[in-house]
Amino acid sequence: MSNDWPLYEVFIRSRSGLEHKHVGSLHAADSKMAVDHARDVYTRRQEGVSIWVVRSADIIASDPLEADALFEPARDKVYRHPTFYAIPDEVKNL
Amino acid sequence: MSAVGEAAESPRGKPGSGESSPEGLRPALFRYLLRLGDTSLVLGQRLGEWVGHSPALEEDLGLANISLDLIGQARLLLTYAGGIEGKGRDEDALAFLRDAPSFANLTLVEQPNGDFGRTIVRQCLLDAWQLELYEALASSRDARLSSIASKAVKETRYHFHYSSDWLVRLGDGTAESHGRVQRALEDLWRFTEELFAADEVEEQLGRAGVAPVLADLQPRWSSRMDAALHEATLVKPPPSPYPWHGKRGVHTEHLGHLLAEMQHLQRTYPGARW
Repeated sequence: MSNDWPLYEVFIRSRSGLEHKHVGSLHAADSKMAVDHARDVYTRRQEGVSIWVVRSADIIASDPLEADALFEPARDKVYRHPTFYAIPDEVKNL
Repeated sequence: MSAVGEAAESPRGKPGSGESSPEGLRPALFRYLLRLGDTSLVLGQRLGEWVGHSPALEEDLGLANISLDLIGQARLLLTYAGGIEGKGRDEDALAFLRDAPSFANLTLVEQPNGDFGRTIVRQCLLDAWQLELYEALASSRDARLSSIASKAVKETRYHFHYSSDWLVRLGDGTAESHGRVQRALEDLWRFTEELFAADEVEEQLGRAGVAPVLADLQPRWSSRMDAALHEATLVKPPPSPYPWHGKRGVHTEHLGHLLAEMQHLQRTYPGARW
């Protein structure tokens, strides 16, 4: 049966104020059922206070074959990290 | 059941919202708690039979979640029953060391699972009833029963959401699924009269404000079911005149088989723990 059902990606917010995080996927006949399934499959141990689901087919992803072109050029640009400032001793929590 | 451990904690009641039931009510309260506890226990066991066999992995977890909610309710209710009885029987003794004639569950819940549609019909009929019952029991004059019901009503709201959703999907689905749930409805409907048939136990507790008057629950249950059946394009069967008495210990042949499986371990290795 589940072979006929489309795939959904599930995002759970673990606490108010935090962002939704991708936790996995599941099959469901429609979006309403997908939310119920997400509740049953991914929140059994109090993992969340909010659920998002989205059809996997609706996600537009980067092409793995282009990974070199997309991500490699950033590798040698360490100056983009804000780690070259001298931080005064008085400043905490930065 | 004690192996599950921490889930056994009794929910904190609203302090001062009620009191313990008076001494004279104890025999009736004991029987009443068995009726509620056994109904949840037997249905929880039935749903557990689906684990590993559901139509989809997601439904496997969905049914198992409901099963565990029901077994959790049974633990609270049977533990309380054992205390009221005062003979030293705990939840395990009541669950595993009684025979079918001592079980007081509604006849509906011991009926076999059949196909997924039949399980859904049975579940929806019972969920709608437990929803009305627990909502009413949340304001019971018995403080402990009230706190158990307040916890259970939240679980039951989701159970009804789940089962009524599937009832509509299957009833208003294909000709095959519609036919299956309609036949299941016609077969199981005869057990619904027992849900509202009060005897001396419910009448005594109803007068004392400990339990709701069962007949009062029927109109809301009926309108809830009517709405679900209508949306599911299912036809409500006519009332059945034959009264069932599961809660008085008179059961169909199915309960004994269910208990044989559920109680096998404790009967074979008395007192076994793990």
